[in-house]
Amino acid sequence: MADAIKVLEETCVGCGLCVKACPFGAIEMDNRLARIDLAKCTLCGACVDACKFDAIEMRKAQPETGIDFAAYKDVWVFAEQVDGQVQSIAFELLGEGRKLADDLGMRLCAVLLGSNIETATNELIERGADLVYVVDRPELEHFVDEPYAAVLIEMVQRHKPNIFLCGASTIGRSLVSRVAVSVNAGLTADCTGLTIDPETKNLLQTRPAFGGNIMATIVSPNHRPQMATVRHKVMKEADPQPGRTGEKLIEEVAAEILKSRTKRLSFVPEEESTVNIAEANIIVSGGRGMQKPENFEMLRELAEVIGGGVGASRAAVDADWIPYSHQVGQTGKTVCPKIYIACGISGQIQHLAGMSSADIIVAINRDPDAPIFKMATYGIVGDLFKIVPMLTQHFKKMLGK
Amino acid sequence: MHFAVCIKQVPDTTDVRIDPKTNTLMREGVASIINPFDVYAIEESIRLKEKYGGTVTVLTMGPPQAEAALREALAMGADNAVLISDRAFAGSDTWATSYTLAMALRKLEDVTLVLCGKQASDGDTAQVGPGIATHLDWPQITYVRKIENVESDKITAERLLENGYEVVESELPCLLTVVKEINEPRLPSLKGKMRAKKAEIAAWNAAAIEAEPAKLGLDGSPTKVVKIFTPEPRSGGQMLEGDPEDVCRELVAALKDVVLGCV
Repeated sequence: MADAIKVLEETCVGCGLCVKACPFGAIEMDNRLARIDLAKCTLCGACVDACKFDAIEMRKAQPETGIDFAAYKDVWVFAEQVDGQVQSIAFELLGEGRKLADDLGMRLCAVLLGSNIETATNELIERGADLVYVVDRPELEHFVDEPYAAVLIEMVQRHKPNIFLCGASTIGRSLVSRVAVSVNAGLTADCTGLTIDPETKNLLQTRPAFGGNIMATIVSPNHRPQMATVRHKVMKEADPQPGRTGEKLIEEVAAEILKSRTKRLSFVPEEESTVNIAEANIIVSGGRGMQKPENFEMLRELAEVIGGGVGASRAAVDADWIPYSHQVGQTGKTVCPKIYIACGISGQIQHLAGMSSADIIVAINRDPDAPIFKMATYGIVGDLFKIVPMLTQHFKKMLGK
Repeated sequence: MHFAVCIKQVPDTTDVRIDPKTNTLMREGVASIINPFDVYAIEESIRLKEKYGGTVTVLTMGPPQAEAALREALAMGADNAVLISDRAFAGSDTWATSYTLAMALRKLEDVTLVLCGKQASDGDTAQVGPGIATHLDWPQITYVRKIENVESDKITAERLLENGYEVVESELPCLLTVVKEINEPRLPSLKGKMRAKKAEIAAWNAAAIEAEPAKLGLDGSPTKVVKIFTPEPRSGGQMLEGDPEDVCRELVAALKDVVLGCV
C-alpha cells in the first residue's frame, strides 16, 4: 500500500516551510529534503497547504464505502437518563442538534432508553425534538453497556440517522464507542464546535487536542451516521417551549438484544461532594497553596454561598486533602463552568487542560508570576486565607444572605 | 490467567511549551512517557498476577520508538511485550486503532482480561478501550476504581460514575478501563530494569496480526482531520490591585450578574 503522505523528492527545494507549519513536529530537513516521520504525522495537511512548490502529496480521498447517503436522514440525540431523569446534557445536545437539523432541513430526533420512561418524551419534545424513539424495557432501567449499545445499534440500522450526538459523560463515552465500531461510523470525541459544511453537507466537528493548545476540525466524509460526543456545559441548553408538539414512536426490540454479560449489582452514591463538579456552573478550587485539609472548609463555605462545587488540583488530591472525585485537570475531571475560582493553584498545564474552557477564571495566588494569571479573567495577588473569607462575606451581602 | 495491557506512548505534557510567536506547540526535545492512565493499568495487572497467578503481556501500537514504553512496563514487572508497528497504521483514528489492537489480542489467543487506561492524555477520547472490546465482541467495565474479585469465569469491579460508583459483575473474558484511583503504581526495581533492558520484545506488523488492510490506518479510519489551528489566546485579563476589601468588592460586582444567573 502506498504511504498516505509523501514528499516528491524531485520537486522539494528544501525551503523548510513545511517544518515550520507542522504542528506535530513530524517533519525534518534531511540533506535539503523534507522527511516526514509517519509515526508522528496525523495527516492534518498543514504542510501540504504550506508548501509553495506542491512537493507534498497526500492521499486525501478515502475509499468509497458504497453507502447510499440519501438513505441517512435526521439528526439524533441520545437522551441520557439516570433514574428516569433526563440529564441536562440531552437538552444541551437538543439545542445544538436543532441548529444542525434546521441547516440540513432534517428532523431532530431523540432516542430514549429506559424503563417506564415514556413520560419523559414530552420534555424532549418541548426542548426541540420533532420525534422521540422510545425503547421501554425493564432491562434498560439502568445503564448497562451491552444492551444499551445493542439497542442503539439496532435503532441506527433500522432508521439510519445522518448525525448522532451523544454526551461525553461516563455513560456516553462507554456506550457510543461500541455503537460507532459496530455500525462502522466515524466518532469524534468532545466536540466544542459543530457546523454543517455548506458545500458537502458534511458535519464539521471541531475539538481541542493537547489540552486545548491545538484545535482540530474533523469530518467523516464516507461513513454514516456521523457520530460525535459533546461535554457538559459546552453547548447551550435548548429552552423548553411548553405546548410544543412532536411525535413519539415506541420501538420494539427482540429479547436477544437485551442480553448482557455484565450485571449491575449495586450503586453507592458519593458521600462527600454535594455538587458534581462536571455539571457545576461555579467551581471554587484549591491547590497546594491551601496548605492543609482543614483550609478547604473556607472554599466549601464560599462555594455554598454562591451555589458552586469544590474542585482541587492534583497536588491537593495527592496530599490527601480532598478526594480524587474533586480533581480538575488532565488526570482528573475536565470542567466547563461559568466561573472558576482558583485559590492557591499555580496553574500547571495539566490543570489548565481541565479548566481552560471556563467562561470566567478568577485566580487568587501569592505568587505574581504564577502561570494561572496568564489565563485569568480576574487576577488577585495576595493571601488567599484573607481574601477568600472576605469574598464570601461580600457575596453574602450581595445575595442578601 | 493471562492479563494483557494496552498502552500508548504520549508526549510528556509537562514539557510542552507554546511558542509565543507562532502559538503552536514546541515539541522539539519533548520527552515521551507512558500515557499516565496506562501506568495504573500496568500496575493493576501486575497486582492481579501477584494475587491470582498468571502472566502479564503489554502491547502497544506505535512507531519503533514506542519500544521504550514497553521496556518501562517490563521493568515494572510485566512478563512479555509486543510492539505492533507498521507504516500501514499511519493515520489511524480510534476505529482503526481499536481494530488493530483487537487483532493483536486475538493473536495472543488465551487472554482473559484486558486492561487499558481510561483514556490517553494526548487525544483524550476514551474511545479505544470500548472499541477494542467491541471488535473482540467482549463485555467491558469502564472507569474501574477497584477490582473486588476475580474468579475463573467472572470478575467484580467498581465503576466510577459522576455521582458515585456502581458494582458491576462481568463474565470473562472482559476488558477494563481504569482510573487513577485504582492504585499507586510502583517504581521499577533495579532488578526489573536490568531484566527489561535484556528482554526480547516481539514485533508484529499488519501481516503478523492477520489484519485486513482496508481496516488499517487512513483507509480504515472513518474520521479524517481536515484542519488544525491554534485557538484564539485568552485575552482581556485584568489584575485587581489595592486594598483587599476594595478588590473583593470590585470582584463581586464584576461577577454579580453571572452568579445571579446561576442561582
